[in-house]
Amino acid sequence: MSKITRKQVVNAVLQLLRQAETELPEDVLSALKSALETESNQIARTQLSQMMENAELAKKHGTPMCQDTGTPVFFVEVGYDAEIDFDLMSAIQDGVAKATKEIPLRHNAVHPITRESSENELMDVNLSLVKGDKVKITVAPKGSGSENMSALRMFNPSEIKHIKHFILETVKNAGGKSCPPIIVGVGIGGTFDGAAKLAKKALLRRLDKPKDEFELELLDSINSLGLGPMGLGGNTTAMAVNVEYGSCHTASLPVAVNMQCWAARRASITLED
Amino acid sequence: MEHRLTTPLSENDVIKLIAGDVVYLNGIIITARDKAHDRLLQWSREGKKIPFDLEGATIYHCGPLMRKKTALAAGPTTSARMSKMTTELLKRFDIRAIIGKGGMNITEALRDKCVYLAYTGGCGSTAAKQIKRVVGNYWADLGMAESVWVLEVENFGPLIVATDAHNNDLFDKVQKKADQQMKKLK
Repeated sequence: MSKITRKQVVNAVLQLLRQAETELPEDVLSALKSALETESNQIARTQLSQMMENAELAKKHGTPMCQDTGTPVFFVEVGYDAEIDFDLMSAIQDGVAKATKEIPLRHNAVHPITRESSENELMDVNLSLVKGDKVKITVAPKGSGSENMSALRMFNPSEIKHIKHFILETVKNAGGKSCPPIIVGVGIGGTFDGAAKLAKKALLRRLDKPKDEFELELLDSINSLGLGPMGLGGNTTAMAVNVEYGSCHTASLPVAVNMQCWAARRASITLED
Repeated sequence: MEHRLTTPLSENDVIKLIAGDVVYLNGIIITARDKAHDRLLQWSREGKKIPFDLEGATIYHCGPLMRKKTALAAGPTTSARMSKMTTELLKRFDIRAIIGKGGMNITEALRDKCVYLAYTGGCGSTAAKQIKRVVGNYWADLGMAESVWVLEVENFGPLIVATDAHNNDLFDKVQKKADQQMKKLK
């Protein structure tokens, strides 16, 4: 049994957001570096160099690398045997509010129709129960430029061969708007919302993890489109394509494509007694 | 070709630029995104006086992260959201350059008078470093990101001339190539 305190959660959220917003993960940085090594297009090279300089500056000054500090998307894995005697959601909310003030972050929350600023902080929390007595919190602040270019389609089960085209088309139509080189998260199966969640989860995967054949085929095809960094042309449109699968109804075939800009921010922490 | 230009830009400055050129800007740039565009058009239609100078102006599609009067992160936002409004804006004001990311698909509206310059998306920190001073903040009621910030910049760039005033659009060129490749992949 591990007793988790409210203060631990609030502080962890602040610390995670600070790390994610100001430090580009090592694996993303090295993917950008190797893109720069192989990229021959001159304009593409200026874009990649600028991205790397930006990452360095943000880390040095401890300031957010992008003014769109995004929607903080949380994945919280709570151990069955962890003891939590407080409102976990409100603790996370408090952590986000603290981070918004202290780092600081841009307050992005508005009412969808009136577009008036909302008082509550923007966040998306995905809770799951797992074995053990610890609590693992992952945050991935999601910028809207790439989020807006995402897509979901409910295919007929007979249309499996159209999946690849749908993914390529989504990437192509996004052009430079999703801030390439992107990571493409694909969710195949599940329900309407389940496919979207799979696609988002796929974005959390480290870039140095091994890829399967379909992922490599998709990556090759996407990069052959020549959109390049920021859609200005070049060989590097995507750094990775990650596909997650879920069982689905025999009459369904949902496919979701979630786009992630090059500033693929994420950080994790495990809490225990 | 690389250019170092100072705002306000003249028609001649703009005409010289060719898609693919690199520009570094010095002087004043004015941020405006969705809500500021909307208000600019509304006020202009109603004949109201705009509180900042748009003569020969450089508009920057940006919703900065500020701490008081210091820019902490101030990279570009997606320009395509402003495409429709920009076509009317260019008819009402002598805007010479627009800075943003992702392109706008408005070559015809830019022709002979204005260029679209691409700043690397996500680069909030490099942009903030190139901002020397906040000269003014207007329409603050729209909030930090949506209000208008008048910024003095130094060596702001590298900016890629993505759409020049002669009907050349890099984004369009890249998209057409991608379309051809898509057909091959089918």
